[in-house]
Amino acid sequence: MDFRPSDEQQLIVETVRRYVREEIEPLEHDLDPDAGDLTPHDQARLVAMTKDMGFYGLDIPEEFGGPGLDVTTRALMAIEMSQHRAGLYNPCYGTFGGAGLAQLYEATEEQKERYLYPALKGEKRGCFALTEPSGGSDPARAIRTRAHQDGDEWVISGSKLYISGADKADFALVFARTSDDPGRNGVTAFIVDTDTPGFHVERVVHTLRSTHYATELSFDEMRVSQEQVLGEVNRGFAIANDRLSRQRIPYAAGCIGVAIKAQEMAVEWAKSREAFGSMLAEKQAVQWMIVDNEIDIRHARWCVLEAAQRADRGERFRTEAAMAKLVASEASGRVVDRAMQIHGGIGMTKDLPLERWYRELRIRRVGEGPSEVQRLIMAREILGGSFK
Amino acid sequence: MVAAKGITRGLQPLTAEVAAALPGQLGVYEVVAEGQTVVIAHAGGHEPFGLRSALTDAAERWPGATFRYETTHAYVTRWQELLMLHEAEHGRLPVANADDAHRIGGLT
Repeated sequence: MDFRPSDEQQLIVETVRRYVREEIEPLEHDLDPDAGDLTPHDQARLVAMTKDMGFYGLDIPEEFGGPGLDVTTRALMAIEMSQHRAGLYNPCYGTFGGAGLAQLYEATEEQKERYLYPALKGEKRGCFALTEPSGGSDPARAIRTRAHQDGDEWVISGSKLYISGADKADFALVFARTSDDPGRNGVTAFIVDTDTPGFHVERVVHTLRSTHYATELSFDEMRVSQEQVLGEVNRGFAIANDRLSRQRIPYAAGCIGVAIKAQEMAVEWAKSREAFGSMLAEKQAVQWMIVDNEIDIRHARWCVLEAAQRADRGERFRTEAAMAKLVASEASGRVVDRAMQIHGGIGMTKDLPLERWYRELRIRRVGEGPSEVQRLIMAREILGGSFK
Repeated sequence: MVAAKGITRGLQPLTAEVAAALPGQLGVYEVVAEGQTVVIAHAGGHEPFGLRSALTDAAERWPGATFRYETTHAYVTRWQELLMLHEAEHGRLPVANADDAHRIGGLT
């Protein structure tokens, strides 16, 4: 399989790399090591730059005004965009724009007018409320939030956990059980305005990712209209699941960017730091760690680009996307861990970005489906069965 | 309805002597002057001596004030949480946090 980028892809990669190194990295010297955002002035200036570059709104489909990138090019960009301190969870501080919530591309025209188009213009923000205190790895069965019909309205009660951005959102995609089916066929997606009576952002949830919090939500007899149903009643899980599959490739690619940057730092340190009369780079123990890093990075990159290319060819890529997510998140964690070991004491400090990546990469092995669920997905496909 | 909690430690006089005895750790703090919270801030990774140096500086800026603090590694998200909590309770941010509105959402 040929993973050499085309001339156009190479040009895009070099443009993004230059942007990260010349525009993003210098700003981080003055920011707190755990900073999650830029000043409004810098944010606006850089958004203007990415718009000039024609890259704003990377994930917006072409028919809605996006640049129409294929999955491989998007993955190559994600690898570059994460190569800075905040890059894993906030690549380039969001200056390439968001895509709204992808599920809304399937919404009715009225729903698009009310939610999707304002989100694409940056006038409204949405959040994705799926996970509950009862579990996140198997959301179809874990959902306890219930919605029942009362005349023309739906009444929703329950709670959600680890929801990002709910406190700043204008609307939420809320998944609730609407039938007695205990699995995926009893879940409906609702678009809920966050100022609806009964919608509560209860608390901030602090995690290892100490620059960005999640929230806990509660719904207290929240009433929404029939028009707020997204897609079909009792078919909402397919909407959620589609997102989970498609997200895995850029999610995995972002992990690799951080690993590449950590390896670059480890190589530079090993070639400049002396101990016991010779450079670290001359010691076999360090050489092996550097080599193991390189193997992990190339393996992960291969898996991500294979999944991306299958997606671009219109082939099934469910197994490959699961493998890419599993390999990239685990391999990148090992790479950063070794890079910290090579750096010694300074590797543990907030003077370098390694400690932040170490904490954040740990979450990547759980977020967007834990490693064990990725293995389950692959096993189902390889063994050809659907196991309960 | 909001389940978030503020800093539970009691208020102390904000003086150079009290600040000098604080731990040099990362954390968050709240400065209260004339019964009003004037700032909610954090001692982050660039602070040379964590809460100790951050509150030594604060003592010069707000003489006669009181303060409370909390040590935490999650100083950014805890700071944002305290700002949201203050806004939910008082309908506005502390005076010295007026420029931080874009960093937070709302607890309801």
